[in-house]
Amino acid sequence: MSNSRTKQPEIQSLDTENLVDNLIQPVKYKLDNGIPVYLLNSGKIALSRIEFIFPAGTWFQDASLVARSTNSLLKEGTSGNSSEEISRKLDYYGAHLDNNISKDNAYIELYSLNKHLKNTLPVVEDIIKNAVFPQHEFEIFANKQKHNYLINSQKVSYLARTHFTEYLFGAEHPYGQRLNPEDFDRISREQLIAFHKAHYSADQCKIIVAGLVDEDVIGLLNDHFGKEDWSYKALNGAREYQVIPSPELRHFIPKEEALQSALRIGKRMFNRKHPDYIGMQVVNTILGGFFGSRLMKNIREDKGYTYGIGSALIPLHRSGVFFITSEVGAEVAGKAVEEIYKELKKLRDEAVNDEELHLVKNYMSGTFLRSIDGPIAAADRLKDILEYDLDYHYYAKFLKRIKTITAEEIRELANRYLTENTLHELIVGKK
Amino acid sequence: MINFEKFALDNGLRVIVHTDKTTPMVAVNVLYDVGSKDEQPDKTGFAHLFEHLMFGGSMNIPVYDEPLERVGGENNAFTNSDMTNYYLTLPKQNIETAFWLESDRMLNLAFSKKSLEVQRNVVSEEFKQNYLNQPYGDFWMLLRPMVFEVHPYQWPTIGRDISHITGAEMEDVKSFYHKFYNPNNSILSIAGNIEVDEVKMLAEKWFGSIPAGETYNRVLPQEPHQKQARQETVERDVPFDVLGKAYHMASRLDSRYYAHDLITDLFSNGDSSRFTQELVKKQKLFSDIQAFVTGEIEEGLLVIYGKLHHGITFEEAEKAIEAELDKLKASLVDNDELQKVKNKVEATLTFYEMRVQERAFQLAYGELLGDASLVNHEIDKYQAVKPEDIQREANAILIPTNCSTLYYKAKNNHNEQ
Repeated sequence: MSNSRTKQPEIQSLDTENLVDNLIQPVKYKLDNGIPVYLLNSGKIALSRIEFIFPAGTWFQDASLVARSTNSLLKEGTSGNSSEEISRKLDYYGAHLDNNISKDNAYIELYSLNKHLKNTLPVVEDIIKNAVFPQHEFEIFANKQKHNYLINSQKVSYLARTHFTEYLFGAEHPYGQRLNPEDFDRISREQLIAFHKAHYSADQCKIIVAGLVDEDVIGLLNDHFGKEDWSYKALNGAREYQVIPSPELRHFIPKEEALQSALRIGKRMFNRKHPDYIGMQVVNTILGGFFGSRLMKNIREDKGYTYGIGSALIPLHRSGVFFITSEVGAEVAGKAVEEIYKELKKLRDEAVNDEELHLVKNYMSGTFLRSIDGPIAAADRLKDILEYDLDYHYYAKFLKRIKTITAEEIRELANRYLTENTLHELIVGKK
Repeated sequence: MINFEKFALDNGLRVIVHTDKTTPMVAVNVLYDVGSKDEQPDKTGFAHLFEHLMFGGSMNIPVYDEPLERVGGENNAFTNSDMTNYYLTLPKQNIETAFWLESDRMLNLAFSKKSLEVQRNVVSEEFKQNYLNQPYGDFWMLLRPMVFEVHPYQWPTIGRDISHITGAEMEDVKSFYHKFYNPNNSILSIAGNIEVDEVKMLAEKWFGSIPAGETYNRVLPQEPHQKQARQETVERDVPFDVLGKAYHMASRLDSRYYAHDLITDLFSNGDSSRFTQELVKKQKLFSDIQAFVTGEIEEGLLVIYGKLHHGITFEEAEKAIEAELDKLKASLVDNDELQKVKNKVEATLTFYEMRVQERAFQLAYGELLGDASLVNHEIDKYQAVKPEDIQREANAILIPTNCSTLYYKAKNNHNEQ
């Protein structure tokens, strides 16, 4: 059989705007006490993830470490069960609990085989409602966090990440705050108890269920989370913080023995609610958002300065961040920075050619399709928009914008948002 | 349970197909039966460097990634001691592009000079980023050669030394390719929204004409039985002491493998595990301690890795670990505790299977071990392990003469708490 190997097989174009039909539609329920539950019933395997979301991220804490510690220590002891009893029960049923916080939210995720939900959900109920934060467990946790912090502090990548947001928002702003060694000695268990009481209540809770599960799970959730016994009114006052960015744009943190320097270049930006957010996602993808991006092609695949370089647009509830990040050979740090500015200038000065734009649009559509494949991925996309009070129209808009954006619009966005005199630059290591 | 069909082409390429119509995607996995264990001792890191070069253009396609990105696909690859694995996913409409891309780089590479020069640098930077410029980054480079005196598992996949990578020549690249990158030395596994007949047609069309290579007969130096305890101490600029202990264990196809894996789960899988409860929470000797198996195909390692609190000596720490090992050797683990770790394994394996990408890889890996259907019997094999097996195996392998211990000391450890 003879094939023309030199020519790519005919490309079937994805019907971009209809890709949104692949989204699994959530069915929305309300528990008796008003907690919204979103059910994404799909998949092949009788396993589910049940996620509890509270607005209890670092934004709401009065002192460093409080939000994270509260979230992590929920499972380390309740009024009725010790840490060991809790973990023994969950482990026995093969269940897994993930605790996580972001700047804005706290998450508790239960992964459980469906057949065991009636045994595993009561454990989650217990920890969310009755956590007591035993002193002993608190000390072990604080100590481990301090260990991790001290180890991380030797890494150029960690130093770059944490210092950079401080430059953008200021040291006192919750999005800019960095940890300091003394924070670990200042935090107390009483702060966690108070934070738990104020932020983990029914009136602030959202639940997303993803997996091959039917409506029965709603009854189960109602039994354990639908009553009035944990609906104390939120003590959440509206919090406002002032953004005080560093007046300097160029920053350098020397590290004598570094073999590589960590680089960050970027600025404050915006979240999904901003009209230019989706357009900037396209700009970001072209610049550094995938393997074939301009930064990867130039700085890795042409110059060999790094193992990886990328850029990202990260939405935050009350702001957003755009940054370019890489670890490069210490001896070529200066050259790498120069090339990054060249790529930014090119984005501002020259229109993207049709071939590159076409490729990026198709890549982004394919990535969208991949990002909603399966119930858990779909739940993550739902979470992304719930956070901003958006609905699935957002994704329809996203796909339409990807399809229609022009090279000229991309150039305009780059000129509006990516001029050199608005970007902070940080090098950690040598330069 | 992953349903699949299997067939082979005349050139020896094994093809596995798993159909799942619930996803709009197809995952394609190409596994080559070559890993860092197949390298020469003076040219280590080569299998992994080669993985990078596979993206540097093939005979008819100057750049690998672009055509795939143009159809909404994404790809990556990894190398370990036993294999080199390439995987991609793309929307089902454009599946043929995957066959075109993968068959062309199996047929022949472009062997571009520029690609070799650049990737030598990129991999050197990867070496620095993950091993040299990280606290504890050289831990495995120190431990592996203690355990393996002659077996090639003694060097890490990234390579023994950065000079092995910077010194790679085009001749080495070509001979490596012709030796290992042949259809009869690889497995193509497809999972997702596609029918078996379509795969048969596409596999024949794109891979059928690639000539078979010479059969590679793997003859690796066999590690002599360890007879004495081994110890080494190093000092580094890190914040905490780390204690590492490595024991030789059963190979992946040995029935004892499952008991060995479950032993490490009893020790440290989950918050209720023995090490976490006893050594982290009660005795407060470690801030963290993990036991795990490295999972190689040939006889690999059962490893214990613990970070010591300031003020705790290696002697105290080691004694406490030994006491835990002794408990497992002296008395039978009770059924509930064993069932607990088995249930955790079952949940973990089930969870993996949610993604088609993972199913495609698991089938290919099963086939590499001898039969793709192995993947459907893993849970049963774990479930079959009895308390007596755990006790017997603990007594057989968790002994000082089978152990290499690395004391990784923090310089200027102030010993304050």
